[in-house]
Amino acid sequence: LDYQHVQVPFEITLWIMLASLAKIGFHLYNKLPSVVPESCLLIFVGLIMGGIIYGLNDRSPPVMDSDIFFLYLLPPIVLDAGYFMPSRPFFENIGTILLYAVVGTIWNVFGIGFSLYGICQVKAFRLQDVSLLHNLLFGSLIAAVDPVAVLAVFEEIHVNEKLHILVFGESLLNDAVTVVLYKLFRSFCEMPTIKSVDIFAGVGKFFVVGLGGVLVGLSFGFTAAFTTRFTKDIRVIEPLFVFLYSYLSYLTAEMFHLSGIVAIISCAMGMKRYVEANISLKSHTTVKYFMKMWSSVSDTLIFIFLGVSTIGENHEWNWPYICFTVIFCLIWRALGVLVLTFFVNRFHVNTVTSKDQFIIAYGGLRGAICFSLVFLLPDFRRKKLFIAATTVVILFTVFIQGMTIRPLVDLLAVKRKRESAPTVGEQIHIRFLDHLLAGIEDISGHWGQYYWKDKLEYFNSKYLQKILLREYDQPKSSIVLLYEKLERKHAMELAQAGQLGHGPAHPSFLCFAFLCSSSDRTVLRDQKLEDTLNPDVLNNMQEILARNLYRIRRTGPAYNRHTLPGDSEPTEQAKEILILRHKSL
Amino acid sequence: SLSREDFQRIPELAINPLGDRIINAFFPEGEDQVNFRGFMRTLAHFRPIEDNEKSKDQNGPEPLNSRSNKLHFAFRLYDLDKDDKISRDELLQVLRMMVGVNISDEQLGSIADRTIQEADQDGDSAISFAEFVKVLEKVDVEQKMSIRFLH
Repeated sequence: LDYQHVQVPFEITLWIMLASLAKIGFHLYNKLPSVVPESCLLIFVGLIMGGIIYGLNDRSPPVMDSDIFFLYLLPPIVLDAGYFMPSRPFFENIGTILLYAVVGTIWNVFGIGFSLYGICQVKAFRLQDVSLLHNLLFGSLIAAVDPVAVLAVFEEIHVNEKLHILVFGESLLNDAVTVVLYKLFRSFCEMPTIKSVDIFAGVGKFFVVGLGGVLVGLSFGFTAAFTTRFTKDIRVIEPLFVFLYSYLSYLTAEMFHLSGIVAIISCAMGMKRYVEANISLKSHTTVKYFMKMWSSVSDTLIFIFLGVSTIGENHEWNWPYICFTVIFCLIWRALGVLVLTFFVNRFHVNTVTSKDQFIIAYGGLRGAICFSLVFLLPDFRRKKLFIAATTVVILFTVFIQGMTIRPLVDLLAVKRKRESAPTVGEQIHIRFLDHLLAGIEDISGHWGQYYWKDKLEYFNSKYLQKILLREYDQPKSSIVLLYEKLERKHAMELAQAGQLGHGPAHPSFLCFAFLCSSSDRTVLRDQKLEDTLNPDVLNNMQEILARNLYRIRRTGPAYNRHTLPGDSEPTEQAKEILILRHKSL
Repeated sequence: SLSREDFQRIPELAINPLGDRIINAFFPEGEDQVNFRGFMRTLAHFRPIEDNEKSKDQNGPEPLNSRSNKLHFAFRLYDLDKDDKISRDELLQVLRMMVGVNISDEQLGSIADRTIQEADQDGDSAISFAEFVKVLEKVDVEQKMSIRFLH
């Protein structure tokens, strides 16, 4: 039995297998994911595993190594987030996002740090040896909202696009601030004296870290786009370039002590347009699927490891400190959101409503990043206290906030709804108005270009496209591509039916072919006109309408962890509408 | 000035069920070009109603973005033959555009009948503008039909 030889890869594969099997298990019970978010279940599985290992070995189970987390587990998730980030809402709200990410995080860090220092001064808690600097250091790592946890929970609650992008964008971008503050305070801990020059250096460092990350990311992104220009003859390795360049940008940024997360996001966003135009359709699908797969696996592993690492002897339980940490996290986040939103709303016409504010504040979940950062702390007397506090905060936010956010959202939404059910006429007219509005929004969106976006588009078409794209023609939108795909398919069907060359197909053929292939026809043949007054029939009608009226586009979040964009119902709907209009032309 | 082709180049309008009608709403009667002024007039219907406008001068002409004018705009999208009534056929046409292929014509017909029945008060089997307004009285039209053009 040669276990030593294969031990490391074997164990890694076993962990990944466990993670994937756990995921299958959850989705077997349909009701469970709606009540308990997946992240909670995964942590729970991790807790069980940790308990088993602890019981068997009688020593602490392997703690998640910070290196493994930061180098292997985090990049796929952030890459997935950056690649599939809907860029238009992101850039429209970039001001608000940056405000929340930068100013909000700084507010939280100092708020939590100072208030915890105040708690430490109370003699009864026996915490006097925790210095201000240590508290600020702790504050800096606990204040940051975690993208992994936020994503996992927000998927379950369907909030409007703007809110989703705000919380999502904030959780991704606050990494730059967290990195700077964490490293700053850590170096302060080691320096004997702190001069004000150092503080200014810290502020300057923030800009360097953030902007440097963006530059590194963009340069790698454009290099990737440039490389794919020449891959016409070796299509098979095209997907590899996307991943290699993104990972390189992350590692390079980390090497220079810049923000790796910001780098990988800007790399993904920068290269997306050009790479998608250059690589083949199949490579494109491969890229998308692999990204989703890796980020899914990473996500699951992180939560399981979180659970496993919780068990063990790493903790020092000082309950007052821990409780106050949790309380202060909540309070400072709520205050921060309130104050910042006040400023945001004064400059924008599009206000962030109080319900949105509640969700932003309540949805500030902490996750694995805090956990890894706390393990990276230098060893000092009170390190275990911090580890314990971090663990409790993470478990609290993920379990309690994660589980209750959905009922709370529903509660808040239900209050605004009307008491009586809408009549059939209202249903139709409301949907009519929704479609109308969606159309007008699209029209005005396209003609209401903003100044910088205009400039960027100009720069893009004049220079970037010529260098980075292989075939220099107008990049086609996905809708046009879909339409072309349908046309091709139709032409193939006609050719197969032997009708090509007999002129354009009769519209009814297209309609007939389509209808025959569509499944799930609910036809009520016994409907008579007199029945329209029957209440049962009325309910039926409303149900039918609710099921069959076309949905307006973009009713749900554009980013979803588990499905590819364009893979779900809206494309079916789009196909139907296109065919109907084609028929009527 | 803009022509219909310019509008049709917007991909999202291609998959909007009411795409053609929305485009037609921009063009004045019988013309194929719309200039900037006309374009803005149409979009002005969708300006949000601000509170201070409600108390503004009642003597002047009603602003384009009042509730009544917003609803009138929507009404005109239904009413193709401009007889100030939505007949059963016009309603059926719109319904067919908005609904999936899984519904039969009979079902659609009964839905249309039901809609007219609910709204019709003067018994002419068609929906007049006043009846249309009445159906939507509980709906927050001001909020629904507003676009925040500035950020």
